[in-house]
Amino acid sequence: MIEKKKRNIFQIIDDWASARSLWLLMYCTGCGAIELPPTMTSRYDMERFGIAPAGTPRQADILLITGYLSIKTLKRVIRAYEQMQSPKYVIGLGSCTINGGMYWDSYNTIKMLDLYLPVDIWIAGCMPRPESVIGGLNKLSDIIKAGEANGWKKYNENLKWYRANQKKVIKKWDLPEFNY
Amino acid sequence: MNIVWTVLGIIGVYIYGVFLMGLGRKISARVQLRYGPPVYQNYIDILKLWTKKTNISHGIMFDLGPVFLLTGSIGTLLLIPIAATEQLMYFGFSGDIIVIMYLMVFGSLGFALAASQGANPFGIMGISRALTLLAAYELPFILGIVILMMDANSASLSNIISHQAGGYMNWYIFKQPLAAIPAFIALLGMMGKQPFDIPIAPQEIATGPMAEFGGKYLGMMMSSHAIFMTAKYILFVNLFLGGAGNPINMIFKVFLIWLFPLFVGLVYPRFKTSQAVRFFWGVPSLIGLIGLIIHWLR
Ligand code: SF4
Repeated sequence: MIEKKKRNIFQIIDDWASARSLWLLMYCTGCGAIELPPTMTSRYDMERFGIAPAGTPRQADILLITGYLSIKTLKRVIRAYEQMQSPKYVIGLGSCTINGGMYWDSYNTIKMLDLYLPVDIWIAGCMPRPESVIGGLNKLSDIIKAGEANGWKKYNENLKWYRANQKKVIKKWDLPEFNY
Repeated sequence: MNIVWTVLGIIGVYIYGVFLMGLGRKISARVQLRYGPPVYQNYIDILKLWTKKTNISHGIMFDLGPVFLLTGSIGTLLLIPIAATEQLMYFGFSGDIIVIMYLMVFGSLGFALAASQGANPFGIMGISRALTLLAAYELPFILGIVILMMDANSASLSNIISHQAGGYMNWYIFKQPLAAIPAFIALLGMMGKQPFDIPIAPQEIATGPMAEFGGKYLGMMMSSHAIFMTAKYILFVNLFLGGAGNPINMIFKVFLIWLFPLFVGLVYPRFKTSQAVRFFWGVPSLIGLIGLIIHWLR
């Protein structure tokens, strides 16, 4: 538990701005990809909350992982996450990212995403509907506004622990030690 | 006093440009039957980009790229009269249109170097597309401008404005339609909106030249884009809509022209690069050429 620090006026403005303008990098694995087009387009329109899709990891604020991650894709996700510019947040979408979901006894998927990347918020469901995706994004926005979404700080401080976990599952480790 | 007006003018153009970007998002949302973001969303976006904690750099040229863009856009803006030519920041001289056309390319060329140092394949692809598109729309644009320069018998922007004085029937958009049509079609390409957004094309090449830029770099690029976009609209108001006597008038006229690429962009899908080049070098250039010959024969 990170205790609440006092923020000065600039940090409050920072947090407010990052909470009101969230650019998504969607890593569409698993079944989750299909729920995102309705979230973006006319029916549910997430842009009214200032949430827009970003083109590349460099421009994005949120890494949205929509479903199970195989060991091969985990490598790519780690890489994309480390290329993002902080402050950055991770959202786990669907029960597969929480505890393995229905891939619990699969031989080549990971079970808890939180062991490998610092997840700021989870959206439960299999598959969560666009309403709950937008609800989760708004919840994240509230957390950022309160200055409590510190996943990226946790990752930088506990990099050794995360790396050890990542190396445990990725047998052939050929990533650079840290690519930012 | 001049310097105060200059700084105020740049800030005013910046604020108006960012406002137009936000309004464009709102209008396109309404066309697509969405609610859309608030009109001030782009101010928040830029503020957020400026508050990013880490900003990755790939070398000195990479750092200079956004600076080149900003220099190019402010330099272009300084040579374009915003309102009545005497006061309000104006550094014009005889032959300034030619300098303006050079400065408009300066930013993208400098940025090409930066994106190449980023060494992102998408960035290099985007740059090659952007320069191809540049070569494509320059032709009809220059043909249109040459006709105006022949008509006013001068290459100075203030002379061209004073030639349009006295009633709106004197505006070049009505007086010289064969110059206005190619130039306004070239404006579509300059704005980088939908039918000609091939350099950035987010779904194809992941925003092209901007692919490797994040955080404060991107904030600076968005700011200079806002200034550059508005500067080009102001240039078009001066060339074809007879300039403006006061800033309010200018804001209104810029708004009118700004609607044109916005609505065209909402209707049409994206061209391929080769199609765009063929399009610009086809009908618009032909119209410009015919106008030029007619004007020369008269
Ligand atoms: S949570 Fe359900 S819908 Fe999502 S990836 Fe897993 S199995 Fe598919």
